[in-house]
Amino acid sequence: MAIEMEQFYDIFFEESLEGLDVMEQSLLSMNSGSETDLEIINNIFRAAHSIKGGSGTFGFTEVAEFTHVLETLLDEARDGKYTLTEESIELLLRSCDCLRNMIFALQAKESIDTEQSKELIEAFNKILDEENGGGGSAPSAELASESNASAEDDGLKNWQIVFVPEPEVLQTGNEPLRLFKELAALGELSCKAHFDKLPSCEELIADECYLSWTLELKNSDASEEEILEVFDWVIDECKLEVKAVSGETEQDVEREVESKSAEVHEEKEIPNAKEEPKQAPKPVAAKPAAPKSGGNENAGSAASASASSIRVGIDKVDNLFNLVGELVITQSMLSELGNNFDMTKLEKLSSGLEQLLQNTKEMQESVMRIRMLPISFAFNRFPRMIRDLSVKIGKKVELIIQGESTELDKTVMEKISDPLVHLVRNAIDHGIETAEERLEKGKPETGHIRLDAYHQGGNIVIEVGDDGKGLNKDAIFNKAVEKGLIERDVQLTEPEIFDLIFQPGFSTAQQVSDISGRGVGMDVVKRNIKSLGGRILIESKIDVGTTIKVHLPLTLAILDGQLVRVGEEVYVVPLLAIVESLQIKSELVNRVSGDILLYRLREDNVPIIRIYEEFGIEADNVDIDNALLVVVEGDGQKVGLLVDELLAQQQVVIKSLESNYKRVDGVSGATILGDGSVSMIIDIPGLISYSSKRSRKRSHVKAA
Amino acid sequence: MAQILIVDDSASMRNMVVTTLKSAGHQVVDAPDGQAGLDKAKSGRFDAVVTDLNMPVMNGIELVKNLRNLSSYKYTPILLLTTESSMDKKAAGKEAGATGWLVKPFNPEKLISTVARVLS
Repeated sequence: MAIEMEQFYDIFFEESLEGLDVMEQSLLSMNSGSETDLEIINNIFRAAHSIKGGSGTFGFTEVAEFTHVLETLLDEARDGKYTLTEESIELLLRSCDCLRNMIFALQAKESIDTEQSKELIEAFNKILDEENGGGGSAPSAELASESNASAEDDGLKNWQIVFVPEPEVLQTGNEPLRLFKELAALGELSCKAHFDKLPSCEELIADECYLSWTLELKNSDASEEEILEVFDWVIDECKLEVKAVSGETEQDVEREVESKSAEVHEEKEIPNAKEEPKQAPKPVAAKPAAPKSGGNENAGSAASASASSIRVGIDKVDNLFNLVGELVITQSMLSELGNNFDMTKLEKLSSGLEQLLQNTKEMQESVMRIRMLPISFAFNRFPRMIRDLSVKIGKKVELIIQGESTELDKTVMEKISDPLVHLVRNAIDHGIETAEERLEKGKPETGHIRLDAYHQGGNIVIEVGDDGKGLNKDAIFNKAVEKGLIERDVQLTEPEIFDLIFQPGFSTAQQVSDISGRGVGMDVVKRNIKSLGGRILIESKIDVGTTIKVHLPLTLAILDGQLVRVGEEVYVVPLLAIVESLQIKSELVNRVSGDILLYRLREDNVPIIRIYEEFGIEADNVDIDNALLVVVEGDGQKVGLLVDELLAQQQVVIKSLESNYKRVDGVSGATILGDGSVSMIIDIPGLISYSSKRSRKRSHVKAA
Repeated sequence: MAQILIVDDSASMRNMVVTTLKSAGHQVVDAPDGQAGLDKAKSGRFDAVVTDLNMPVMNGIELVKNLRNLSSYKYTPILLLTTESSMDKKAAGKEAGATGWLVKPFNPEKLISTVARVLS
C-alpha cells in the first residue's frame, strides 16, 4: 500500500511555521555574547531539527539542505563549542525569513528561490570553517558520491559468519534469533551455537547472553553490505567476522571485517542518501519565485495560508466532549418522557427543556471557544518587527506586550493582523521621538510601544500605545484644511480632529519614509476594522503619547442583531450599526429631488431608506407619518431605515447566503430564527450604496 | 499486528508514522514528548516503541533509559529516529538501551520494514 505523502504536507507546513516563530522569538530573547540560556538554544535547535527531519522525509530537499547547515551550527552552539555572536543571530533571523519564504513557496506549489538560502548557507559555512577548520561544511554530497565500492558480482555466494555478542546484547532488545531470521531471508542458513561460555545454573544471569554462533549462509545473492546491515544495530556489542567462502576456492578474497563502527555507519548512510532523490517530488516550476526577503511582508500570506486548519487545546475538546455527553443524557431523558407522556409529567418536561437550553448554550460557547486563539498569535510578530525597525530608523524602542492570552476568533485574528502592523509602524515612525528629542524633553531615552488586549463586554479591545510625542491637534487640523478635507471655519471636537487621520489621503509626516507615511494606510486600517464590525478610537496627549484602541467583536460567526419587521418579513439589523431608533415626526421630513426623503436628526440630514421598496415587498405602513425609523451608520454615512416594528434583540448565527444561494445586494447573510423561519441580515453599507444607485437610476429614467 | 508507541514532537512526523504503521496493520498510539510517551508506555502494553531523539520535556535518550528501567519494557524493541548528523547520538542511544535506529529521512516502506525487523 502506498502512503500518500501529500496528506502530511499541511501539518508539516503549519508546524514548521510555528517552529520558525518559536525560533525567531528565542533568537530575539537572546543577548549575543553573554551567557546564553541553554534551554533557549535547545528550543532553536529543536525547531530547526524538526523542520529538517520533516522536509527530508517529505521530499523538500532545498529546505532539508538549508536546515542541515543551520542545525550544524546550532549543534555546535548547543555543545558550547561555538558562541552565537550578534552576526550569527542576525544570520539565523534571516534564515527564519528565508525558510518561511521557502515554505510559503511550497504551500503555493511554486518553485523555491534558492538564491537567498545559498547565500546564507555560504555565510554559515564560513562561520563553521572558521570555527573548526573546514570540518563543518556539510558532507552529504561527498557521502553520496562515495560509491558502493565493493559491489560484488551477482553470482550466488557462500558466507561464513562468526558472531560473538557481548553478554548485554539482550538488554537493548536485540534478540540474536531475530538477526538469524533476517539472515535466513538472504539465503540458506545453517547455524551452530557455542555453549562454551555458558555458566552453571547458579551463576547464570537470566538476561545475559552467553552463547556465540558460527553461521553459514549458502547460495546467497546478498552482498557483504547487506549481511553487515543485519548486524548494524549490534555492531558495537559483538565480535563479528564475515567471510566469503567459495565452494571450490577456499582462498578466495577473504576479507576480515573488524567491527569498526565508523566505517560501518558510513556504509549505512549510502542507501539512505540514494533513496532521497527518489521520493522527492520536484516542485513544479510554474510561477516566478515567492516573495524575497523581509519577514513582515509575508505576514498576510502566512495568515491566509494557515486558514486551512486549527490547533485546539485538548482541554477544549474534552470540555466539548463532556457537553455532548450531557446533551445525550438530556436527549434520552426527554425521549423517555415522550414515550408515555401525560400531563402529570409536564413539569419534568419543562425542566428537561430548560436543561436542553442550558446544554445548547454551553455547547455553543464551547464550540466558539474552539475557534478562539490567544492574541499572542498576532502579537508574536512584533518583537522582531520592532527590533528591525528600531535599528533601521535609529530610535530606541522597547515593546511591552500585555494580555497576550486574551482569546479571539481565528478569522478575526487573521484579519486584524495587518492593521495592527500598520498601527505599530506608525507608532514607531511618527509617535516615538528620537533619543535626543526624548532626552531634551526629559523623557527616558528609550521609547515604549505597548500592545495590550482585553475583553470588554462582548468585545475584545486591542490597544496600541506609545509614549511618544502625541498627536498635534493644530497640525492635523491645518493639514486637513490644506488637503481640502475640511473647511477652515468648522468647529471640531478633539476626537473629531483625531478622526481626520483616518481620512483617505491624509498624512502628517513631513517626509515620506519607507516605514509608513505614504498617505495610504490609516484609512485602510479603519476600513478593515469596520468591515470586521469593529471601531477604532484615539486617545492622545502632547508629549505623553498616543493610544489607539481597536474594539472588535469576539467572533464573526455570531452577530448581535436587532430583529425588525417589515410586512411579513423579519430582518436582522446588526446592533453595532444602530445609532438610535425613533418615531418619525412629519415636520422633520424634507423631500428633496423627487423621491428622496431626508430626516432632520439634530444637525444631521439623514436619508430615509424604505426597506419595502428596496426589497420589493409589501409593508403594513407606507405612510411616513409616525412610522418607525432605525437610524444606522455604515461607511461613515448615516441613514434611516423605515420599518414596521421593532422586535427582539438577539444573537444570531450567521449563515452565508453566497454559499447557499447567491450574493444579494444589501444583504450580508441569513440566519434561522427560533421559529425555524429564515431571516436576512441587512448589510448596512451595501444597502446604502444599493439604494443610492437605484435612486440615481430612477432619476435618470425620470429625466429621460 | 502489533501495538506500537510512537513518540515525536513533530506532528507531521508523528502523523506520517502513525498512518504508515496503521496501514501496515499495526495498532499505534502516539505521544508528543518523552514524558507523555513514558506515561503512555506505563499505562499500556506495547510490542515496540519508536521515538525521536530531540524532544521537549524529556528527550529520546531519557525516554529509553526510563523505559529500560521498567520491567515490562526491559527487552522491548525500541527504535530511535535519528538523522545522519547525529552519529554520536546513536551511540548514546545504544548506551541507553535502544535496540536500533531508523535514519531520517526515511520513506514509509523503510519504516514498515524496519519495524517488521524488530517485531519478528
